Amino acid sequence: MNVIITKGIEKTYNPKTIPVHALQGVDLTIKKGEFTAIVGPSGSGKTTLLNIIGGLDRPTSGYIEVGGKDISKLSDNQLIDFRRENIGFVFQAYNLIPVLTAKENIEFIMLLQGIPKAQRDKRTLELLHAVGLDDKINKRPIELSGGQQQRVAVARALASKPAFILADEPTANLDSLSTVNLLDIMANLNMQEHITFVFSTHDQRVIDRARRVVTLEDGVISSDVYVDQ
Amino acid sequence: MLFRLAWRNIWRNKRRTLITAASVFFAVFLASSLACIQKGTWDHMLDNVVNYYFGYVQVHADGFWDDRSINNLMTYDPQDFKQHLSDQVSDVVPRLESFALASVGDQTKGVMLVGIDPEKEDALTSISNRLVQGRMIADHGLLVGEGILENLKIKLNDTMILISQGYHGANAANQYPIVGVVHFASPELNKQLVMMPLAQAQDFFGTNNNQLTSLVMNIQAKEAVPEVLTTLESSLAEDPLEVMDWESMMPELTQAKALDTAGANIMLLILYIIISFGIFGTILMMTKDRAYEFGILVSIGMRKGKLMFMLWLEIVMIGLIGALVGIGVSMLLVKYFELNPIKLTGEFASAYEAFGMEPLLPAAFDIPVFLFQALAVLIITTVMATYPAYVLWKLKPVEAMKN
Repeated sequence: MNVIITKGIEKTYNPKTIPVHALQGVDLTIKKGEFTAIVGPSGSGKTTLLNIIGGLDRPTSGYIEVGGKDISKLSDNQLIDFRRENIGFVFQAYNLIPVLTAKENIEFIMLLQGIPKAQRDKRTLELLHAVGLDDKINKRPIELSGGQQQRVAVARALASKPAFILADEPTANLDSLSTVNLLDIMANLNMQEHITFVFSTHDQRVIDRARRVVTLEDGVISSDVYVDQ
Repeated sequence: MLFRLAWRNIWRNKRRTLITAASVFFAVFLASSLACIQKGTWDHMLDNVVNYYFGYVQVHADGFWDDRSINNLMTYDPQDFKQHLSDQVSDVVPRLESFALASVGDQTKGVMLVGIDPEKEDALTSISNRLVQGRMIADHGLLVGEGILENLKIKLNDTMILISQGYHGANAANQYPIVGVVHFASPELNKQLVMMPLAQAQDFFGTNNNQLTSLVMNIQAKEAVPEVLTTLESSLAEDPLEVMDWESMMPELTQAKALDTAGANIMLLILYIIISFGIFGTILMMTKDRAYEFGILVSIGMRKGKLMFMLWLEIVMIGLIGALVGIGVSMLLVKYFELNPIKLTGEFASAYEAFGMEPLLPAAFDIPVFLFQALAVLIITTVMATYPAYVLWKLKPVEAMKN
């Protein structure tokens, strides 16, 4: 089952002044349960592609279908709702809400979804357990290490039961041990729960764990390799 | 959770929140205290002038109030007049008033001479409570304002000679003993008012015993004035009488109050403009500092409307913290000055007295004044919140997260 389909995606910044062609006709299909790393040098268009797949940015041209829906036709508010219901985000800088505890950060998405409190509480505890942070439930981000914060971010991304998770350089700010822990957690979720992960990364440790590596160069896919683990 | 989130967010930068709340606090505190003192002072003055003498509604012969002539009298039949009254009028107080020269020894001063029904007058103005010397008049003698004693250098039980023009040009002159001295809160009345029994005044001015210059309506509640006025006006439309409320009898008082209130409102406006800039500064910083965070929240699925509401909550919370503390502290202060009015002395006191006002600044503990302040802060913060609303409306998550 295809989770993401892009056809001829182009993205040009500053089209009226000095055009920068960030993506130049990207065709990509991601299937459910994939553990995909999008790699490439800086400026190759990884983040732009991730932003477009995640509905955070719109392509200049091309077709994009996420979860069976053509998201290029959605209004801003519909896109926000779509992201909330279908996509989990993990950012490089964790980006937790600083005034909320670990539990509240995870719960927040479900609150936006209108899920009843009892269900929210149950799922939050399950997710915290899944990322190994049962004992940090009431800690605020500032009281957690970088690795722990990123694990909370993963739990938050999973909270809405999304179709897939987009992770933009998730290990860029982590030490080796935290990186390994995080990758273990994500790989387990992928294997056991069949959650689809798409990363953009420079990190070889992430690339080594990916089962598919898509390489972007100057806005085009230069290679797309499935790796046997 | 939005409330919790907003509440916690405002304490992320404690110093900024406290400074903004403090500016609101000072504005609200000053605005409420000044408004209450101003209102209290005016209420007190109106009470002195209106309730203690003029009454809220009077009936006269047509044109009397303008010319104040003893020749322009109305004929009063108590039984007949009752039919014109609404239930809100508990009694009708008759008066015959004109001007006279009061003379004692070689001192002569102009006074306002009023013939009254002592019992009814007492029920209206509680004049017996303000006796400082002597007794109430019954059927003979004079009650004089305390200031007249000083002006004419006389004392209780002295005889005062009164000279005036009587009805239809008759000479009016007689002498009467001073049987009581009254303190009026209004310095103007204190220095001018001389009262005598109505029958004695009618005899002095040479009028018939059913002729009067004015009827004062004894109204229990100030709020009933419009109803009493309307009833009398429609009922007496065919009679050659004028019905006037205190505002039309003393337009200068109403105008002075309006002028004073307008001045105070301009001050309040300036005060609120200043705090608006303070709040706006905070909002600007808050919006700029958190653009990245807004980008994240929108990315993960928070609708911009909800985010705007959360920001509005934060701004309103900061405003209300300042406003509620300001209201609380000003309530205490206002209550204190309501119970212990500020007594002006020296030049300030003289200036007040020159305008016929008692040199007192009591505060009025008026709940709507406080509620207005809270409402004003709510409106200001809501208006100010349009800026972050605009920023959020234009926000593109990718660009916000780049910063």
